[in-house]
Amino acid sequence: MKRWCTTLAALLLVTATAACSDDDPDSADPGGDGGTTLTVFAAASLTSSFEQLGESFEKSHEGVQVDFNFAGSSDLVAQVQSGAPADVFASADEANMDKLTADDLQGSDPELFATNTLEIATPPDNPADVQSLEDLANPEINLVICAPEVPCGAASQSVAEAAGVTLEPDSEEQSVTDVLGKVTSGEADAGLVYVTDVITAGDAVQGIELPESASVLNSYPIATVADSENADLAQAFVDLVLSDEGQQVLADAGFGRP
Amino acid sequence: MARVHRDVGVPSWIFVPAAAGAVFVLLPLAAMVTRVEWGSFFELITSESSREALLLSLKTSTISTLACIVIGVPMAVVLARTEFPGQGFLRSLVLLPLVLPPVVGGIALLYTFGRRGLLGETIDVLGFQIAFSTTAVVMAQTFVALPFLVVSLEGALRTAGRRYEVVAASLGARPTTVFRRVTIPLVLPGLVSGAVLSFARALGEFGATITFAGSLQGVTRTLPLEIYLRRETDADAAVALSLVLVVVAVVVIGFARQGRTAL
Amino acid sequence: MTFTFSAHVPDRDVDVTFTVASGETVALLGPNGAGKSTVLAVAAGLIRPDKGEITLDGRPLTTTGGSGRHAWVAPHDREIALLAQDPLLFPHLSVLDNVEFAPRARGVARSRAHATARHWLDQVGVAELADRRPSQISGGQAQRVAVARALAADPRLLLLDEPMAALDVAVTPALRQTLRSVLAERSVVLVTHDALDALLLADTVIVLDRGRIVEQGPAAEVLTRPRSAFAARIAGLNILRGTWHGDRVQTPDGATIQGMVDGDSPRDGDTAVAVFSPSAVSVFRDPPGGSPRNVLAARVTEIEPHGDRIRVRAAGLSADVTAQAVAELDLVPGAAVTFSVKATEVAVYRS
Repeated sequence: MKRWCTTLAALLLVTATAACSDDDPDSADPGGDGGTTLTVFAAASLTSSFEQLGESFEKSHEGVQVDFNFAGSSDLVAQVQSGAPADVFASADEANMDKLTADDLQGSDPELFATNTLEIATPPDNPADVQSLEDLANPEINLVICAPEVPCGAASQSVAEAAGVTLEPDSEEQSVTDVLGKVTSGEADAGLVYVTDVITAGDAVQGIELPESASVLNSYPIATVADSENADLAQAFVDLVLSDEGQQVLADAGFGRP
Repeated sequence: MARVHRDVGVPSWIFVPAAAGAVFVLLPLAAMVTRVEWGSFFELITSESSREALLLSLKTSTISTLACIVIGVPMAVVLARTEFPGQGFLRSLVLLPLVLPPVVGGIALLYTFGRRGLLGETIDVLGFQIAFSTTAVVMAQTFVALPFLVVSLEGALRTAGRRYEVVAASLGARPTTVFRRVTIPLVLPGLVSGAVLSFARALGEFGATITFAGSLQGVTRTLPLEIYLRRETDADAAVALSLVLVVVAVVVIGFARQGRTAL
Repeated sequence: MTFTFSAHVPDRDVDVTFTVASGETVALLGPNGAGKSTVLAVAAGLIRPDKGEITLDGRPLTTTGGSGRHAWVAPHDREIALLAQDPLLFPHLSVLDNVEFAPRARGVARSRAHATARHWLDQVGVAELADRRPSQISGGQAQRVAVARALAADPRLLLLDEPMAALDVAVTPALRQTLRSVLAERSVVLVTHDALDALLLADTVIVLDRGRIVEQGPAAEVLTRPRSAFAARIAGLNILRGTWHGDRVQTPDGATIQGMVDGDSPRDGDTAVAVFSPSAVSVFRDPPGGSPRNVLAARVTEIEPHGDRIRVRAAGLSADVTAQAVAELDLVPGAAVTFSVKATEVAVYRS
């Protein structure tokens, strides 16, 4: 008993310490060397493109550090609504940007800067031999899609409806990342994810283009946040995303132009 | 046995951090209650998806708890009553799910029982499909809840000691009879509290489930997964369901406490 | 029934060999740490000796370390019941269920197990407690129930590990009396550090010191006339035999002794025995006047060192006194002395 107690106590201590150090608010530190910090909240699918743009932005703006918070769009909106210090918000869908607008939290009018379309992702060897959206209706295959509550799930439903196909998913995941994870691990025979995710995943999955998805574009809006202390810098970052340079980076990652 | 109350008192300052701790735990719960939309509360928690999630959670947690008892009791007995090389190391490993992030547990399960996991093909050949099934939920819950049962039962076994078992054996009782008629009845309170902890842990399980089992209404989407998903679109529903989960947990723990004092 | 025991346990430095004949009670007498409990644990099958041979009626229970076949019988299969210092009644079972435990574990039908349990509860005098929980009875009652439970197992050999050590002194005489009646005709190994228990309950006494047998023989002989200094220290009781008259024991040579009656009171004319420890004896040159003590006149036959005391022997009795007292009283062999002992220090029982 004593041994367990000691172990448990040690574990609790470790957990508590870890939890406490997590609380260190990075954002409270204004750039470390006295510079300015620009905080960008962006949808998780934008991670690699925005990190690239962030570096470029830091180069062209001396003394400015760009911090990113990548997460699901709805999480990000919830955080901004609770007062998280964001300067820029880039959403993966318009619905979440609308929530910000409804709460009067946007600093500039949202502008669409990228589109994303759905693709079928299968494990590299495509064990179920999936070739088209129709194949996904086969209940024999393990299909994973996003839950209708999240943007990629809503898009998946629209695509299926447009094509007149009834999907019978084995799992409706919380995020595109979760769908991709089920496919790369081989649990799922196929999943519906964004083109950009297939590109990011590289050899881990095989992408199968969906002609039907062209009609269901997912548009990404970007806006500055109302309470930003660096409104000018925030706008400059939005401008960078909309510039030719920004658009090229996004295109390289597989995003379409709006 | 007569209860002896020894009242030597506690340092008075100790009430301050104790009270702070209680506030720290209770305040968030109270805050959550203040956010509940009481007008639509009943409607929110009785929607089809909510009911299915709650039922699935209760069903899988019950099965997981039974599974924990079936495999956890023998584990605790072996750890508490035998000695073999590497036992200390094994004990630490059994504790592991207690400290692992549940997601890691889910990944580990995936690489073991998943379709491409260590045992995946064998299981496939046997005609089972664990992926995306309720079985996967039960496995994930059992994985994370098992240490709670083993820890509390092993403690109870060590506290109870072997003396009664020695007496029983000298009276001619076979090891199985000793186990059934002496060992288990003596540690029943420890077993009950371990089972309750396991049930509560299974009920709250999220990370391993979402990683290993997926999320589909009525099949794998337990209440915590439903809450997390609802948060995307309907914060009121998420809060209402959270309150339901809290109430279920409180009822279970209260019931177990009642049971323990009655024993 | 014949029980043979021979075991060597180097871990605890115990090396002991003895036998128990049918119906015999053997007392293992010795101080704490002498290895008494180790012997019981080996006999019960709780400890494996490095080398040993233990048989019950010719059936090998433990055979290890020798050149022959190794044998090991599990504790539950030995037909040897163990009664410990603590009653250890199963707290979740009623008194009756506790006593029924052994027959039920053997698969005896419930009604027969019931009858057996009731019989033994009656034998140890606690039949009325059958429906109580162990938490609702006293320590002495619990130990009686434990005795009944062990007897209900119908063991070929009964091991008693200091059965009265944890009890209030007020209840030990009565329990001792009960044990005397229920253990008669049984084969028993009794571990004790109390010479009086050994005298009253055992036929044979084995004195253990540091894991070795230092002396063994008939109880009365070992306890009254120990040959080794060690046995004398641990046992060395004064025993006076006589007949019971009124409230005292009268010895054949006319001395009378008053004491505390242990068990049933003897009737006039019964053979009775008075027992007391040498350390309870005071020595005087002249009879002390007007004291409530028992006084016995004798001539000193022997004076020998005995630990930090001096043992003075006179008329077959021993007294342990200080060296200073020996000098002051000028005690030498042949000196006329009076031994005095308080009645409260003397145990009297019907022989």
